[in-house]
Amino acid sequence: MRILFTIVTAAITIVLCYILNTQSVLPAPLGKLLSPQHGVWQNAEPMEADFNEQINLKGLQGAVEVQFNDRLVPHIFAEYENDAYFVQGYLHARFRLWQMDFQTLAAAGRISEIVGEKALPHDREFRRLGMVYAAERTLEVMEADPVLKAQCDAYTAGVNARIDELTASTLPLEYKLIGYYPERWSNLKTALFLKYMSYDLAARENDFELTNALSYFGRDDYRLLFPLHQDSLDPIVPGIVGSDSALKVMAPISYDTLSPQETMVSVYDKPAPETGSNNWVIAPSRSSTGGPILCNDPHLGLNLPSLWYEIQITTPEFSTYGVSFPGSPAVMIVFNDSIAWGVTNGGRDVRDYYAIEFKDESRSEYLFNGSYLKTSFRYERIRIKDKPDYIDTVPYTIHGPVMYEDRHQPRGQGDRAWAVRWTAHDPGKELKTFNLLNRATNYDEFTEAVGHMQTPGQNFVFAARNGDIGIRTQGKWPAKWKEQGDFLMPGRDSAFLWQGVIPDALTPAQYNPERGFVSSGNQKPADSTYPYYLGMDYPLTRGRIINRMLEQMQSAGVEDMKKMQTDNYNIFAEMAMPVLMRYIQPQELTPEMQVYYQKLRAWNLRNEPDAEGITIFELVWEAFTAAVYDDEYKNAPKVVARPFQNTLLEALLKDSTYKFIDNIETRKHETPEEIATEAFRKAYPKIAEAEAGGRLAWSMYKDTRVMHLARLEPLSRLHLPIGGGKHIINATTTTHGPSWRMIVSMGPKIEAYGVFPGGQQGNPGSRFYDWSVDAWVKGEYHPLKIISRNGERDPSIRWTMHFKPE
Amino acid sequence: MVNAILPFDGPCTLNQNNKKLTHSMKWIITVLLTALLSFALCLFLPWWSIAIAAFAVSLCIPMKPWKSFLSGFLSLLILWGGLSAWISGENNHLLAGKISVLILNDNNPFLLILMTACIGAVVGGFAALSGSLLRYSVHKS
Repeated sequence: MRILFTIVTAAITIVLCYILNTQSVLPAPLGKLLSPQHGVWQNAEPMEADFNEQINLKGLQGAVEVQFNDRLVPHIFAEYENDAYFVQGYLHARFRLWQMDFQTLAAAGRISEIVGEKALPHDREFRRLGMVYAAERTLEVMEADPVLKAQCDAYTAGVNARIDELTASTLPLEYKLIGYYPERWSNLKTALFLKYMSYDLAARENDFELTNALSYFGRDDYRLLFPLHQDSLDPIVPGIVGSDSALKVMAPISYDTLSPQETMVSVYDKPAPETGSNNWVIAPSRSSTGGPILCNDPHLGLNLPSLWYEIQITTPEFSTYGVSFPGSPAVMIVFNDSIAWGVTNGGRDVRDYYAIEFKDESRSEYLFNGSYLKTSFRYERIRIKDKPDYIDTVPYTIHGPVMYEDRHQPRGQGDRAWAVRWTAHDPGKELKTFNLLNRATNYDEFTEAVGHMQTPGQNFVFAARNGDIGIRTQGKWPAKWKEQGDFLMPGRDSAFLWQGVIPDALTPAQYNPERGFVSSGNQKPADSTYPYYLGMDYPLTRGRIINRMLEQMQSAGVEDMKKMQTDNYNIFAEMAMPVLMRYIQPQELTPEMQVYYQKLRAWNLRNEPDAEGITIFELVWEAFTAAVYDDEYKNAPKVVARPFQNTLLEALLKDSTYKFIDNIETRKHETPEEIATEAFRKAYPKIAEAEAGGRLAWSMYKDTRVMHLARLEPLSRLHLPIGGGKHIINATTTTHGPSWRMIVSMGPKIEAYGVFPGGQQGNPGSRFYDWSVDAWVKGEYHPLKIISRNGERDPSIRWTMHFKPE
Repeated sequence: MVNAILPFDGPCTLNQNNKKLTHSMKWIITVLLTALLSFALCLFLPWWSIAIAAFAVSLCIPMKPWKSFLSGFLSLLILWGGLSAWISGENNHLLAGKISVLILNDNNPFLLILMTACIGAVVGGFAALSGSLLRYSVHKS
């Protein structure tokens, strides 16, 4: 009897331990998770945490000193350059390991391994897109370059040095919560991370959507819905960039007679359209600091842990300060003691699709130029947590991997397939750009460095202490004939291939232009005289307001730049409000509606956090756009392009008899007045609802958030009281915005400021996790200082880590 | 559970005169020893080594089973509650607030500390009870 009791209680103890140690009974392994010596408590960093340390690591060549300032920004002083990358890798892993591991798993299409079946669509898309294939090809050329190989090897060794010293208790919080363990780092993972940025920045196209739009609407209406040129374009590089080129491209003769067929594929998610950026430089002639001032704010997804990690790297050869990507060596947006640079996304269409005609079901041969070519296959095994593996065999053609196949589509029948041609598949040494930039001292060296940039193509601005300024819209850009790649192309005809890369001599660029500034806001790089086709869909508005403000700058200082970078003026509304005010007939509105009409009318065109006019404007413009186009789109294919954001406005500014104004579902011929007034009536319930819910103020309506990468709300910052939005220099939307604001005055004294909506620590249990979010919301900046090790210790320094070879 | 165990009478080896005093002394020592051993084992072993600690201590120190249960329970309640409260205090309850929303759907660091303490306590209690019962059955047989 007693023995039985003993056995029963022992069994209870063991079962308790088991239940509390696994996720299979309770949703979380509560014992493991809450153990004060192992679990999440260990991630609760003391407020007064001490980062002074002596660290001995195998693989270092010499001693490295890292001084941390009061925001936990490391200033790395290394005797050997590669030791700096080693320690950069170590610090990235120490403070940001989970995010870099997670992002590279995402890039490789491996999220299902950790979160299960719900990530399968993402993983399938990334496998089909050939992300690992692209990373492998890039790795090959990176490792063929001895300098890059050494840099990557050192970085990888540094990351692994940290991973190797991890214990159950020092594991980052997210591993404990989700329940897995980090893999060792490799150079391939660095390449994967860079490809992830290519996906984020250079994978936007709407080829299927436009093809369906053309086939549904026909040529004439298509052109009205998707105009070739933007009337209010203020290109990055004004004037004629160059029209003569040795490389002539021509549309195939068969192109005009080709009528695109509607395709029934349901396309994968696209990278967010809000991804964009601002950058500009004013020349010393416009500045009060005695040198040029460079400003940059890349608009990316607002996430925690932050995408950026601030860092100074000092080697015997150079000293740079800026932001780096956890996941990659080198510093990306930077100033050193001679020059500064910043980037905005090039945004051109570098991803096209070719229809593949397989010979038979086996998909082993496909038609090209009258004969059959052999397919190669890539075998993709997607591991799924708690489920059997998913196997996908992806055919590769001369165009690239087959991304879409009819038979995989929900309604698919037949044997059509589309291969994707993407510049990110081509091996490139993008990292070389940053390796060289970190040590560049003048415009020529800058030009040489950015020449290595292929994908994602970027608009690089430049400022030097000698007063030089410049901009280069750099990248590997396919030289396209008019409309090439707007639609799906036949894959069997070599005439439809990309015929070459735009020669560097025709890269739109400016060096010390007369107007005394350079700038970009993701608008089209050059006007319609440019010899190659640049595509249709570019954001217009930020570039225009930036240039207008810069033209007025005289003896501007850093404070003026801060004000401009956080400015909330809505230039789109400046153009659109007269249109709305002309057409909306207030006498046709009820008294309740007129209250909002008056609010809209009185609005000062600024997207300030407490402004109500902008909320009304957004809802009315949305209803107006819907009223104009919804009737035409009623029976359109599901996958179809809608007109771009400026099309309706530009059409109405030009022509009040715009064809699509008329509601084709009525016998009557509607006027713009009727449609606009009706739109206001339709928007009214939403406006009233927003006001009733206390959400009429713009920041409440917009509801900006900085989300944790795993979408865990308690680890995120929600409901931030910040203004801005689409079309605004302060481009803060709900989930996207200025991910890093930087201002550098390259005068006799370098003066730099920056802020990002996050903090240096990736650990949600640290006070440094969201350290700067509130400052960022308020439009405040931190001083950025290149510190030298000689002489007195800078007053901002709080801790020092000493690294020595083991 | 405790009621079911009450009928057993543990082996008594101590002097009857000092029974009351020594019993409570012994009990306090057991609690402290369990906490100390748990802490030490957890430096090297996974969290469930607290069960080993509570089990081992109650196997070595003879006590009535229900008292053993209580000592294991209390020992881990104090250790896990104390440690997590101390860690959380140093952290201004920054993380405990976030985790309590995740797990308990309520921003309440105290509740998370209590939950931590209780989980340790229950495991510690049952492990100690098992140790005590084992000693008891071995002795009797």
